[in-house]
Amino acid sequence: MSETATPQATGDRIAKLVADHPVLLFMKGTPLFPQCGFSSRAIAMLDRLGVEYDTVDVLQDMDVRQGIKEFSDWPTIPQLYVKGEFVGGSDIMMEMWEAGELHQLMDGVPTRAE
Amino acid sequence: MGMREDELKTMIEAALPGAVVTITDLAGDNDHYSAHIVSESFRGLTRVAQHKAVYAALGGRMGGELHALQLTTVVPS
Repeated sequence: MSETATPQATGDRIAKLVADHPVLLFMKGTPLFPQCGFSSRAIAMLDRLGVEYDTVDVLQDMDVRQGIKEFSDWPTIPQLYVKGEFVGGSDIMMEMWEAGELHQLMDGVPTRAE
Repeated sequence: MGMREDELKTMIEAALPGAVVTITDLAGDNDHYSAHIVSESFRGLTRVAQHKAVYAALGGRMGGELHALQLTTVVPS
């Protein structure tokens, strides 16, 4: 049994996660086993960009699952944060990918060592 | 669960007058749609703000009843 954190505490925790990780994806499942098509699409794009990124599996954390929607004022998951800023969900990532903007956004982010 | 295609279109058109809304039922199950929306009201807004405007039109159903809505927002050229 886990205790439910207050919205304030959850918001603080999310803010710290976002600040500590240059590229952070809140998703359903893990990069190896995404649990929804939208999360899977988001991961595919991040992998293709070749940047270092971290993920939070909201299915493993009910506080964050609800809290992130309020934090970002955004109703769905996945949600991408880059350099502390909310970017959007997988549809916005796709639009930005096609416009070349997602690549630009990753300027200065370390690439992944193969 | 889910929502009818015409209901979805009507809600978006009501909130964004003059918008050209194209809904595609991706799986034939009233639950997986794509929406392509061209609206002058998007001009000057960030992509996040454009999508939020559509979510607002759906009155809180996004993320609940409507999980699988693939959204594309376009400013008329």
